[in-house]
Amino acid sequence: MQTVQPRSLPLRLPRVRPGGVLPILLILAVLLVLVGIRQPDFLAPPSLMSFLGRSAPIILLAAGQYFVIVSGEFDLSVGSLVTAQVVVAARLIDSDPARTWPVVLLLLAFGALVGLVNGLVTTRLRVPSFITTLGMFLILVGAVYLWSDGAPKGGLSEEFRRFGRRAFEDVPLLGRVPYALLVLVVLAVAAVLLMRSDFGRTLVAVGDNPRTAELSGVRVWRTRTIAFILSGLAAAVAAILLGGYSGVSFQAGAGLEFGAITAVVLGGVALGGGRGAVVGAMLGALTLELLFALMNFYGVSGALRSTVQGGIILLAVAVSATRSSSR
Amino acid sequence: MSALSLLPARRPVPGVFVALTLTLAIGWLVVLLDGGQLFNQSTTVSLLHVAAGLGLVAVGQTLVILGGSLDLSVAYVISLSTLVAAETMNGSDGAVLPAIGLVLAVSAGIGLFNGLLVTKLRVNAFIATLGVGLLLKGYLDNGYDGPAGTTAPSLVQSLGYQRVGPVPVSFLLLVAVTAAAWFALSRTRFGHHLIAVGGDPEVARLSGVRNDRVLVTAHMLCSMCAGLAGIYLASRLGSGAPRVGTEGLYDLESIAAVVIGGTALAGGRGGVVGTVGGVLLLASIDAIFNQLEVDAFFKQVIRGAIIIAAVAVYARRAMRKAA
Repeated sequence: MQTVQPRSLPLRLPRVRPGGVLPILLILAVLLVLVGIRQPDFLAPPSLMSFLGRSAPIILLAAGQYFVIVSGEFDLSVGSLVTAQVVVAARLIDSDPARTWPVVLLLLAFGALVGLVNGLVTTRLRVPSFITTLGMFLILVGAVYLWSDGAPKGGLSEEFRRFGRRAFEDVPLLGRVPYALLVLVVLAVAAVLLMRSDFGRTLVAVGDNPRTAELSGVRVWRTRTIAFILSGLAAAVAAILLGGYSGVSFQAGAGLEFGAITAVVLGGVALGGGRGAVVGAMLGALTLELLFALMNFYGVSGALRSTVQGGIILLAVAVSATRSSSR
Repeated sequence: MSALSLLPARRPVPGVFVALTLTLAIGWLVVLLDGGQLFNQSTTVSLLHVAAGLGLVAVGQTLVILGGSLDLSVAYVISLSTLVAAETMNGSDGAVLPAIGLVLAVSAGIGLFNGLLVTKLRVNAFIATLGVGLLLKGYLDNGYDGPAGTTAPSLVQSLGYQRVGPVPVSFLLLVAVTAAAWFALSRTRFGHHLIAVGGDPEVARLSGVRNDRVLVTAHMLCSMCAGLAGIYLASRLGSGAPRVGTEGLYDLESIAAVVIGGTALAGGRGGVVGTVGGVLLLASIDAIFNQLEVDAFFKQVIRGAIIIAAVAVYARRAMRKAA
């Protein structure tokens, strides 16, 4: 019978604080080395740039999910939101290039609206976000099938699709720079700046301890609602890129919500909120994509993807949980 | 009501049964006006069949949620269980008992793994069970393209299709499992400990509850319930189906049924009887919409809205009580 447990005297090992991005950087580096050994061509600028462009949607979704998770909630609706957006875009554009921009704006507004509803239901009606966004998931999937009678209609214009599939060719040094990569870089910088602003600090404070935040004058409900809106917007952008890259289907966003949550957790962000960096979340997504690419190179069957994904999450979270033994 | 007042510690029957009665009454009326009949033999039977499958999973899910945990791997456990059952039986009646034993052993093993991840490694339950689910998904995707194995005919005839009046045997199984879970929760030490752990793990630990052991047990029971649901589905389908769990959305729907039934997602409050009410409510909505020949997708939209609304009502009530 042990009565007093030696409560984790913080071993001052190399400064790996929980929630830091160092572990994920290490994993990423190891994967890059493995890729380099197996498939050196992959690391050549053109193919690396294409890879980054392809990974842009899931990285953006991870950033969106990060805002929600760090504020202490979940967003399970993003996958279905992406599907809904892609199907809606195809039907509204109906292959007419002139409608591209209005539809893009509409998609962003739709994403923000879904986020707003998620946020308000969660914060004002006090429904746990797990249930809110699960309900939203069912509603969006059902609505989008209903609206299109079970099969996607219309088509995306070439104008619309270029965001996801075209690139600036013949760029010196880099070879080609996909539009998607540019969008990603701009939004990633914006996300980092946002997290350094007052809003970012407030968001983390809310996730860390909503009661304290409330007492220090933060309007918790408003902060969390904004986080949901950001997640909805991220899903809208991801949908535009994904629709462009892989076209219209009811499977466009399937499973992306769990992919994004995996990436966020892999990036050292604590579920329950208050800890972790947005860069970590985005690197987590990149790591996951790189891992899938690596499995491809080693000829691992695509069917085993999820097993590896599951193993990686469990390992990463178990390691970080045992390291930070206080809660 | 008088019986309830004799037991002050017990909570009143959750509002889900009021909602269920109202839904059935309104549904009956609307279907009648539409020229149909809600409570004829075939609709009642199919309603109870739907409820039996989801109910078995949801009762198990109730146990882990009460303990403050969660199980997202049940859908894959169900799929795996149908395969284990059907492949072990391989059409022979003699292999029914070994097959059931094997399914329960396999699912208990998965539950044990879930439980150990959550308690010993302190992995967040959401992530732990999601990860285990993905591990199983990879195994299923890699090994199976379609149905495999054959369920023993005797099991198909008994558990799959036999019924007593309008009540399928499978629903009686659900009633039995629910009764056992109710008994365990309200009359045994395990149940009281589980609710204590879900309510406040630290207080439970300081009062001498072995939190880890209790939670691991709950996870094992939850997975075994999913295993039972798998056996039932194998007996309905006649073979093992590698995607039946995920296509039926059993993971998310079971959690929804638990929450509609008045169990708090954070743990420590609720019970299995409410969960069965939640399951019956979801199944009734299904049956009513089927009768009205409402579009399947519209049904899903309504379902999502009802889940959110139900939980919002509970949240409102809890807030008023706290105020």
